[in-house]
Amino acid sequence: MSSREPTPVTCADPLAARAEFTRAWAKAIALFSYLPVGVLELQRQLTPLVDGLRAALLAEPFDAGAGHRLGERLVELNFTDTAALHASFGLFGCPLLEQLDVPDDAEHRDRLAALRGAFAAGYADGLRDRTRAEQETISRAVLLARDHAEQALRSSEARFRAVFETSAIGIAIGDLDGRITDANSALLEMLGCSLAELRGRSIVDFVHTEDVGSVRLAHRQLLRGNRDHVRLDRRFYRKHGEVLWTHLTLSLIRDEGGSPRYQVAMLEDVTERHMLQTRLRYQALHDPLTGLPNRALFLERLQAAFDGATDGTRIGLCYLDLDGFKVINDSLGHHLGDKLLGAVASRLDRCVSGPDRLVARIGGDEFVILVERTGGTQEVIDVADRVLAALVLPIRIGGHELTVTGSIGVVERAIVGTAPADLMRDADITLYWAKGDGKGRWSLFDPDRTAREVARFTLSATMPAALDRGEFRLDYQPLVRLSDGAVIGVEALVRWHHPTLGTLSPGEFIGLAEETGTIVPLGRWVLAQACRQAREWHDLAGELAPFVSVNLSVLQLRDPGLVDDVRRILQESGLPPRRLQLELTESAVMSQVDEALGALHALADMDVRIAIDDFGTGYSNLAYLRRLPVHELKIAGSFVAGLRDIDGVRNPQQPVDEQIVAALVSLAHTLRLTVTAEGVETSAQAYRLRELGCDHAQGWFYAKPAPADEVTRDIAGRTGIAD
Amino acid sequence: MERPDWVPSDVDVRRPSVARVYDYYLGGSHNFEADRQMARKIIEMAPPTVMVARANRAFLRRAVRFCVDAGIRQFLDLGSGIPTVGNVHDIAQQFDPGARVVYVDIDPVAVAHSRAILDGNDNAAVIQADLRDPHSVLDHPDSKRLLDLTEPVAVLLVSVMHFVPDEDDPAGIVAQFAAAAAAGSYLVFSQAGFAGISKDKLESAKELYARTATQLTLRSRADIEAMLDGWQLVEPGLTYLSMWRPESPDDIAEDAERSVFLAGVGRKA
Repeated sequence: MSSREPTPVTCADPLAARAEFTRAWAKAIALFSYLPVGVLELQRQLTPLVDGLRAALLAEPFDAGAGHRLGERLVELNFTDTAALHASFGLFGCPLLEQLDVPDDAEHRDRLAALRGAFAAGYADGLRDRTRAEQETISRAVLLARDHAEQALRSSEARFRAVFETSAIGIAIGDLDGRITDANSALLEMLGCSLAELRGRSIVDFVHTEDVGSVRLAHRQLLRGNRDHVRLDRRFYRKHGEVLWTHLTLSLIRDEGGSPRYQVAMLEDVTERHMLQTRLRYQALHDPLTGLPNRALFLERLQAAFDGATDGTRIGLCYLDLDGFKVINDSLGHHLGDKLLGAVASRLDRCVSGPDRLVARIGGDEFVILVERTGGTQEVIDVADRVLAALVLPIRIGGHELTVTGSIGVVERAIVGTAPADLMRDADITLYWAKGDGKGRWSLFDPDRTAREVARFTLSATMPAALDRGEFRLDYQPLVRLSDGAVIGVEALVRWHHPTLGTLSPGEFIGLAEETGTIVPLGRWVLAQACRQAREWHDLAGELAPFVSVNLSVLQLRDPGLVDDVRRILQESGLPPRRLQLELTESAVMSQVDEALGALHALADMDVRIAIDDFGTGYSNLAYLRRLPVHELKIAGSFVAGLRDIDGVRNPQQPVDEQIVAALVSLAHTLRLTVTAEGVETSAQAYRLRELGCDHAQGWFYAKPAPADEVTRDIAGRTGIAD
Repeated sequence: MERPDWVPSDVDVRRPSVARVYDYYLGGSHNFEADRQMARKIIEMAPPTVMVARANRAFLRRAVRFCVDAGIRQFLDLGSGIPTVGNVHDIAQQFDPGARVVYVDIDPVAVAHSRAILDGNDNAAVIQADLRDPHSVLDHPDSKRLLDLTEPVAVLLVSVMHFVPDEDDPAGIVAQFAAAAAAGSYLVFSQAGFAGISKDKLESAKELYARTATQLTLRSRADIEAMLDGWQLVEPGLTYLSMWRPESPDDIAEDAERSVFLAGVGRKA
């Protein structure tokens, strides 16, 4: 503090000298204030003190107490640093008397000394009091801060306690050995125990026996500190053994340093939610009408059976469909239909129960029976037999005695090598076999039959492309006039030169083409091809050339574009319309509606010949026939076959068939139609037919169907035209 | 020293508090032995510390008066410490009793002390908050009650930012307060620089402060200027404490530059 040593001040003007002293004092102590203020401000504060000091020096009687107050005042002005006392003391020397304009004599020097002593004592007292006060203030602040912190802690604890106690989630707090130390009322209520009963036990003690293993494992991991949280859906027992479904959370609580302190188990009672889920799941997986498992559950069980299969495990399905159920529903109403389904379902359920069996309703009147771990096919056939037998007794519903039958597709095989979808598909196919084979029966899946059907399907699917690729060809079979054996026409017959299956005859694919509708483009192609060919022959031989007869399917006849197609094809080929004959089956003609009849008339008006094929095998309305624009009847080969001797022995059927043929010929002639006999194979047949007055014949006796070239050669031969 | 039994666990008087150490520098007795021990060590290492603390306090007083003269009537004192006489509200309310002041400190004892002092003063409040989270300060109900941020405000960051380390993004913190303040607001700022401090002493000081809840980060003039980006510094700019607008030539310490503290007042345009 040597740099702060005051320098004596002298001045001629007493007031100026006093002010100069005040400024020097302010400057000397300014920096030692607890509350630093500027020197000017401090000078203002010190001026009354200097005045007071002077007054005390001159006062009568003298009182040193003024010095004490001066010391106290210095502390009040925040000069708590004793350096301020030190600096002040230095300034309060003998020169001060002169600076304050006070007589510098022994009396006043004594007074100054007394005042200095009192000043020091006053400063010390003031500082002591201030220090005590400040210490008390800061201590009180610490107390307040502590109170505040404790209050915060208390309210935090109170909040925690409130949460803990009012929580709907059951909470148990346990020590690091897993012993429960505290639990909230929700948990006590859930487990039906008192806190005393819980204390010291482990939460694991209350876990359901089936779930205890996994909980114990998780708990152990937690206590070892391997995991901090575990969440599980697990069952617990209540005190009296009822099952409590919970969402369980186990947590390890660590202290600030990260060491495990205790553990917390939280149990959310999800029993109701679980029951709801169970009920929803039941509803989602069962058919509300019959109460049987539905398709979803069935597929789930089926998949599970496959998932759990080992080598050699076999499985079986019965796919049941009620016969004629739609009729019952339509005639007696859905209400009764539903009751019937319910009754059937309970019969099925009764006769096919067992742990490895499942009866499910998978559609309107479709049921499926899953037979797991079968010992062989017979076991599933037995099930099918039992089901059919169970349906034999009539079912009484609402005063009706209903007899229902069902058709069943049965599949049974080893699981290895197949899939659920294969099994279902095969059972479905087999069901349709049972239906097709006459209903009220079961059918066993036959891979060969499926293979054939698949082949048929493949064939029909590839037919349009085959038409584009030109795999179809026409053969022609002559139609012969019986009176002189002259070839008057040819019937065009389509062949499919299949790249892998060889040549297919119409019988092998026309039916398919009709099922798929391919018959329409195919028929159009046949017609165009036959017309072009017939035109060639007509160019070759004129009126001696044969007309061409083309078969027309019922679908073609219904095709609104038929007449235009025929007209266009005739124009394009340049064939005179009368050189074209269209053959229709009896049923196709007879069942026709007005539009088709119109087409028939339009064709006839065009001068195209119309023939009825296979006459006598269908049902003909003769009155109707009379009005049809038909030119020719073709008698079905089956009647002609009856005219044939069998191994030289006269066919016993012959008289009857002869009479039928005679009657048909007579009928045709009455209607002014010509008659062609099909399937003539022997000279005897030809002879008889001629005798019976039949006009034309066709068959192997005359010629087999042959490619166009052969017909061309034949025409050339007969007409003497060399090719 | 025995730990007094009335001290709660989270108010640990065995651990020095920056606020109470500062009080000791000023010559106050609002401190405990641990605070005094630390203060003595700092003073031993850096004798000007006491002078700096007082100069800093004088700067605060002049800067607040400057703000009052500039028309500011609301103050946000961040890191206010132990409230002794001559606080912001003393200075401001002396001119206008309606002036409003919010003190902010992280030290629970300093806050408790301030609360006791401010009891009955409706225009001043103290909140315990961390200034590094400006939202917790600005969104506090007392701040909302006392401060109208659509009007200019004086934000005081006096002798506190050297306790905010660089990783806490001090410039970002200043910027957030700046963003919240209306145009015409002022920032009163001072912080320890490092001119003239030896590396050894700096490390020792850092170690000492590491015993408190805070650490010490001294900054260069450039660092500080970067932190005050966006504030237009009023005359005389960023300067040593006693050189910022002294009331008389006598106020300027002969060795002002020993203060190593840089101080200034900025205005938001």
